[in-house]
Amino acid sequence: MSSSYEARFKVWRGDIQGGDLEDFTVEVNDGEVVLDIVHRLQATQAPDLAVRWNCKAGKCGSCSAEINGRPRLMCMTRMSVFTREETITVTPLRTFPVIRDLVTDVGFNYQKAREVPAFVPPEGVGPGEYRMFQEDVDRSQEFRKCIECFLCQDTCHVVRDHEENKQAFAGPRFLMRVAELDMHPLDAAAESGLDRKATAQDEHGLGYCNITKCCTEVCPEHIKITDNALIPLKERAVDRKYDPLVWLGSKIGRRSK
Amino acid sequence: MATGTEPHLNSGGVRSPARAAIAAPHLRTDRWWLAPAATAAGLFAFVVYSTWRAFANADYYAAPYVSPFYSPCLARNCREMAGGPNADLFGGWWGISPAIIILIFPLGFRLTCYYYRKAYYRGFWASPPACAVAEPHKKYTGETRFPLILQNVHRYFFYAALLVAGTLTYDTVLTFRDSQHRWGHMGLGTLVFLLNIVLIWAYTLSCHSCRHIVGGKLKHFSQHPVRYRAWQFVGRLNARHMLLAWASLVSVALADFYVYLVASGVFDDPRFF
Repeated sequence: MSSSYEARFKVWRGDIQGGDLEDFTVEVNDGEVVLDIVHRLQATQAPDLAVRWNCKAGKCGSCSAEINGRPRLMCMTRMSVFTREETITVTPLRTFPVIRDLVTDVGFNYQKAREVPAFVPPEGVGPGEYRMFQEDVDRSQEFRKCIECFLCQDTCHVVRDHEENKQAFAGPRFLMRVAELDMHPLDAAAESGLDRKATAQDEHGLGYCNITKCCTEVCPEHIKITDNALIPLKERAVDRKYDPLVWLGSKIGRRSK
Repeated sequence: MATGTEPHLNSGGVRSPARAAIAAPHLRTDRWWLAPAATAAGLFAFVVYSTWRAFANADYYAAPYVSPFYSPCLARNCREMAGGPNADLFGGWWGISPAIIILIFPLGFRLTCYYYRKAYYRGFWASPPACAVAEPHKKYTGETRFPLILQNVHRYFFYAALLVAGTLTYDTVLTFRDSQHRWGHMGLGTLVFLLNIVLIWAYTLSCHSCRHIVGGKLKHFSQHPVRYRAWQFVGRLNARHMLLAWASLVSVALADFYVYLVASGVFDDPRFF
């Protein structure tokens, strides 16, 4: 079989005023990914096609898009996963406002990032003096693999299908951030009066999550967002708000150190 | 933001004004509907079967086998099961099938289970039907208010499920008797019960609430090495929670059906010794 062929693409072109899917036929070579094809379109047929990209290695999280309706990184989607007869549809992320062509305004995510209170340094421990056991920090480190591609935010139906929930719901990426900090062995938020378990529900909308696991399915870093961050965070919120036994235990001094 | 793309407070979802103008609710080309359809069909089949068996109030005991749907049997109208799980806690006023009393607990455990929630939210409520496929509902409040806020009681159903699993373990031990209640015997039903109880325990212990209780709630694993190991063990099971949920659902129905076949005389339990 020839290593080069002509593929059919539909790429969304437009801006906030409107737009449509535009048909292209474009050359594909062995080993290429969707982002290569989008670049070839720019070079040969659509020089004004807007696309956000940077590393081409699945580490910068810039080239998030929806390919055949599924949120994916364009640079990590091999053309070999599609048949040669298939028409491949590429659209911008459909949860965020579009700016132009494949570029969306992901400012919602930066807004939500700012709403999560930062790591609280432990009292009396200066920079360079932090000491942790690996087993204590393993859980938080899994979440640090996040490349901020926002595919989990894009696929989450809480905001994807309900624009009105964007105010109340931080989304899986930033609930994972809350979990990361609450599980961090040196985070002193509780000592400073900040209860991350309660605020996860009260201020970041944890209750909106109905754990349907789409965030985990689309994560290019294979972070177990639902099982390792969101559900443990829900259980921690239950400790604070719905479990009288845990409440009683905390009152008589049995805390979870 | 100066882009003119500030969020609009409407419920248009993927068709909201500021988003890319695409009329289709989704552009997926794979068979995204297959998983929720299969899930809904499987759960529906179990609900129909278990409803029939729970209300039948018959053919649930064939010595030495007790149907897991009727164990423990907590009313006076239970059949007398020699050495079996009879406990007349409800007395004589309970008139309908005694299975209803006990099934509330495993039913509650599975209804509030984090895996089954995903399964039925997707399969029955289409919220969402599949990832990046638009859901049909105009409003969504998730588990923030009644009745779904009650999902937070999952850990209490987990405690009850431990007691039920303990009772079913006792029932499995009883299957090493013969029909005259003499010990040291085994039949095909014993294997069915053994398989079932292994899967029931594996599913129960793989629960997310169990994972939290044994160690997940801790901040410093290094100070609790035993609980850390328990958390790791439960975590390994937890990674297969969906598989165990289905396997134990099938096995419990199979164990009940086996008892039904033997008790109704359709089938003779082959005895090994």
